[in-house]
Amino acid sequence: MRALGPLLFLVASLAPAQAETLITSLSNHRVLINSNYTGTQIAVFGAIERDAQTVARATGYDVVVTVRGPRQFLTVRERERLGPVWINQEQQKFPSVPAYISVMTSRPIAEITSDQLRQRQKVGLEAIINANDFTYARDGADKPFREALHRLKAQEGLYLEDERGVTFLTPSIFRAGIPLPATAPPGNYDVDVTLFADTVILARTSTDFELVKTGFEERIGVVARDWSLFYGLATAVIAIFFGWLANVIFRRD
Amino acid sequence: MPVSVLLILGMGAAVGFISGLFGIGGGFLMTPLLIFLGIPPAVAVATQSAQIVASSTTSVLGALRRNALDHKLGAILVAGGFVGSALGVWFFAAARRAGQLDLVIVISYVTLFTIVGSLMLKESIREFWHRRKGGTVRLRRKAGEHAPYLGWPLRMRFYRSKLYVSVIPILGLSLFIGFAGALLGIGGGFIVVPALLYVFRVPTTVVVGTSQFQIVCTTLVALILHAVTNQAVDMVLAILLIVGGVFGAQFGARMGRHLRAELFRFLLALLLLAVGLRFGLELVLKPEEPFSISVQEVRS
Repeated sequence: MRALGPLLFLVASLAPAQAETLITSLSNHRVLINSNYTGTQIAVFGAIERDAQTVARATGYDVVVTVRGPRQFLTVRERERLGPVWINQEQQKFPSVPAYISVMTSRPIAEITSDQLRQRQKVGLEAIINANDFTYARDGADKPFREALHRLKAQEGLYLEDERGVTFLTPSIFRAGIPLPATAPPGNYDVDVTLFADTVILARTSTDFELVKTGFEERIGVVARDWSLFYGLATAVIAIFFGWLANVIFRRD
Repeated sequence: MPVSVLLILGMGAAVGFISGLFGIGGGFLMTPLLIFLGIPPAVAVATQSAQIVASSTTSVLGALRRNALDHKLGAILVAGGFVGSALGVWFFAAARRAGQLDLVIVISYVTLFTIVGSLMLKESIREFWHRRKGGTVRLRRKAGEHAPYLGWPLRMRFYRSKLYVSVIPILGLSLFIGFAGALLGIGGGFIVVPALLYVFRVPTTVVVGTSQFQIVCTTLVALILHAVTNQAVDMVLAILLIVGGVFGAQFGARMGRHLRAELFRFLLALLLLAVGLRFGLELVLKPEEPFSISVQEVRS
């Protein structure tokens, strides 16, 4: 027992995992959007704290901020030629993918860490989309569908990667802006911040924010979804009312 | 779906004007326009049914006041229409699940418009020809001159329409119209009216009122079923379409009284063929982006 004490101390001082700690904060934990919303930004602030025993790193720090929106069950379909017409034929299901993904980095992601680590830890948009659990693999037949999903989502501004998205204000304090386009769906958004130095992950934190739609359109949307019979009847009554009104206004006899 | 409010109102008014001009519902024009504008076909079809309800309510009320409505024939048409509507909404949902709804809508539009458009074009050209040669077009019923299927069993007497026919072809017609209406977002007046007029030889005085009566009832059912089954009805879009359409239709109707009937039908036929052609191109041309995403479910 007496011999174990110095040994434990030795092990503890050798373990580098706890050397840096990451402290992050979001500018907002709840984003309210109304019908004339045209997109906004959320800021992530972070500070890197080093404990007394750790020496400064020669290479400096890199930060990757990954934001994942609410999950959706998507189907991607491909139009193919059948005789004279183009119709949807092949399809690939994506059972649970984020409706929104953005990856903000302090440097081009290929310079931050190795390919293998990126694939294993799902760092970067490419790695997330090509991960095994993103959709079921079909010996390469799934590849064009993953690419199409990436392309179509990127066109809507919902999947993006910005290699200058994280800025270091001082060597240990950084900020990143998460752009949220008008098409971003309401729900819970997870924010993961990963700290790298010399291609190795030093620390990780995660937090989240909520995107909430408010206003007239959202209330109508809720009614349409949850009280669909009432909604249908209400639309019918409105239509009949306008029809009757037109009949009264434009009566010719 | 960000679409300009003024554009929708303007389109509603323009289509309303044309529908008033031709005395038709306008659904067959509005739904394709909405689709071409980029509104998802499901939403376009379901929402357009609200506009059809509004415009046919106006004409049914007018017909009721003029007593230009055969209640009995209308009731039979509505019965068949209800079944057709329910089948149409069910088929709509099934095609949507299979990812082939857009294809079904486009193919149906192409087929329907090409057939009806060319029939109308042929009819109007022949009529025009007759008139030039000085003859008049005969549209009177002769004794014993009936299509054989009108004499099928289950014959029924419709006093107001001066008819004694089997209800089977009438139910078949209304079933088809209900089905096509729910699937394509059209009232079907442009099919029912000629069918009643030329096939069943219903007197012109009650034809429009009766067909509008059927349309208002079946589209009402289709609208509610679409809202419940497919949740594709957009109330705000519906109101914009209705407001634009109501006013446009009144001006169109006023204008229409100065237009000649065969010119009417000729223009309408060209319009139908043009819309059919536009849909056909969409089907045949190579798409710019062959892939598309559809959201099956939102998980939170």
